[in-house]
Amino acid sequence: MLAKRIIPCLDVRDGRVVKGTNFQGLRDMADPVELARFYNGSGADELVFYDITASAEGRGLFTDILRRVASEIFIPLTVGGGIRTLEDFGRVLKCGADKVSVNSGAIADPSIIAAAARRYGDQCVVLSMDVKRVDGKFRLFAKGGREDTGIDAMEWAVRGVEDGAGEIVLNSIDTDGVKNGFDLEMLDALAARVKVPVVASGGAGNREHFAELFTHPGVDAGLAASIFHSKQVDIKDLKRFLQGRGVEMRL
Amino acid sequence: MTAIVDYGVGNLFSLQSSLRFLGLEAEVTCAAERLRAAERIILPGVGAFGDARAKLDATGLVPVLLEEAERKPLLGICLGMQLLFDRSFEYGEHPGLGLVPGEVAFLGEDGGAVKVPHMGWNRLEIVRDDPLFKYFQNGAYVYYVHSFYARNCRESTLGTSRYGNLAVTGAVRRGNVWGTQFHPEKSGEAGLRLLRAFAEL
Repeated sequence: MLAKRIIPCLDVRDGRVVKGTNFQGLRDMADPVELARFYNGSGADELVFYDITASAEGRGLFTDILRRVASEIFIPLTVGGGIRTLEDFGRVLKCGADKVSVNSGAIADPSIIAAAARRYGDQCVVLSMDVKRVDGKFRLFAKGGREDTGIDAMEWAVRGVEDGAGEIVLNSIDTDGVKNGFDLEMLDALAARVKVPVVASGGAGNREHFAELFTHPGVDAGLAASIFHSKQVDIKDLKRFLQGRGVEMRL
Repeated sequence: MTAIVDYGVGNLFSLQSSLRFLGLEAEVTCAAERLRAAERIILPGVGAFGDARAKLDATGLVPVLLEEAERKPLLGICLGMQLLFDRSFEYGEHPGLGLVPGEVAFLGEDGGAVKVPHMGWNRLEIVRDDPLFKYFQNGAYVYYVHSFYARNCRESTLGTSRYGNLAVTGAVRRGNVWGTQFHPEKSGEAGLRLLRAFAEL
């Protein structure tokens, strides 16, 4: 059976890795290639790079970094941030990305999912969603979690999968950066609605949170940033710990 | 030199990088004479079978591949492996290259209540030893991403991975032709070991 995946996420701006709390107050952390090497060595199952650069120069720096990472690290690489057109998909896939994560780009133009799935295959289209509870309902947010779209998040996910998204990353704004554990209720609600792999994001604070996460069978992977970057949790230790708790891990 | 067949599908960057990382000469090409000059050939591929087959046909390389497979090692990866079989039932029925007996069918029908795509790290259990596994540890995790799988190919099967009710065909061989459903170029150390062994065939 499939091992559960542990995925560190690197937010990259102007060639450096940053990580915010509740999407604000970004702090500089490290060199992305260096960090990618470190994570590969410690047993990360996949790496996610989010390009949070606005400028054209920054974008060029990002694809250079991606190419450098893909030249020496041979595990799956997912790229997101600023993906709006089929050309954006093509640009990062050519630099060594295996999967492309689309978020606001799909909200602006939902047809991008079907178009990308048709051209590049379902397996490389990841639908990333920022979701927050509004009046007791799961609502889809745009623009890095700043804007309520008014769209029902679960409906959005179902439609995305119908259009060809091969995986969903669910980032709970309610738990992101708080380090109190993943949003299990939200993840269960999603896993009950879709048959593609589900990646949990937002809320990891310690090893126990991952152990708890993987008791939920609909969840395939746990993604986190700051707890790994700060070395508060070491991926190799985490994976051994989870294996000890009966979770299948690639060790 | 290892020729990587470029017919317009897939992430060839990582495949080429992984071979170079191992110190091997690798060339991405769609030229018949380069396939003829190569010591071995890799047929990659992602996406839909019918589409990939049409693109491969359009390159005019099919007769060259069939001929070269008689005299040198050929490795199909992922969809490239599926193309080696007789036929695929991915959205209709499409002919494969017929280099390995068997067919390609949807995982969701045979696998039971499993998620499709089969995406992630799974153990490869060796069912028949082969020089391809010279450096590979039985049961090591390899990385899969696919929704269709090869079946009715027991005689050629070298390794399988358990998923739902199925022993998913992970690696096959018939004569000079090998195939892996998983991506060795994305399977970390275990994948690099397999590519190294292929380069020594």
